[in-house]
Amino acid sequence: MSSDRLSFIVAAGQADRLLPVAVLASGAAAMQTEVQIFLTMWAVLALCKGAGRAPVSATYSGMTETFGDQLQKHHVGSFAEMVAQAKEIGPVKVLACGMSMDLFGLTLEDLDDVVDGVAGVAGFLDSAQEEQILFV
Amino acid sequence: MVTADRVIDARGSFCPGPLMEMIRAMKTAEVGQVVEVLTSDSGSKTDIPKWAEKAGQEVVEIVSGDDGDAILVRKVK
Repeated sequence: MSSDRLSFIVAAGQADRLLPVAVLASGAAAMQTEVQIFLTMWAVLALCKGAGRAPVSATYSGMTETFGDQLQKHHVGSFAEMVAQAKEIGPVKVLACGMSMDLFGLTLEDLDDVVDGVAGVAGFLDSAQEEQILFV
Repeated sequence: MVTADRVIDARGSFCPGPLMEMIRAMKTAEVGQVVEVLTSDSGSKTDIPKWAEKAGQEVVEIVSGDDGDAILVRKVK
């Protein structure tokens, strides 16, 4: 990879959107690429403490059971678990969107411990300047 | 075949599970030791050598079998 920094803006809260982000972030962390994950909208709700397993996108709802069983059988953790593991091996930072936090009436304490802080959009974009940003 | 100091059976784990297991084991291994990861994930055979190259560790052997691959990496630093 040419850039050694990678940012994700994650707005989706479904498992089939969140897991690829966690997998990519893990791979990037393994390769010592600095990763920032900016959670907004439904992704913030998905990371609330006690939110439970994220649902599968409606288009693929028929596969919910197969998807869940396969993930469990092959030891794939939740988004939060995978990102927490990625943090152990590389530079990964998770930020929640301030606007979404206000929208849903949340504070940092309401979110899973994998979330490092709350950031405004300008601050996030400034810190992500000149690096690859993927929107999910 | 080189004898590993530590063997991790990560068969059945999806990508990037085996790579993560390898990195975790390498963290606690001593310099000179060899860690072997058994994997059935098709990505590991390319991922682990790529990671080793970046991390400055040495892939000593990759053995392919019917039920997966054995990837052996020596901790160089």
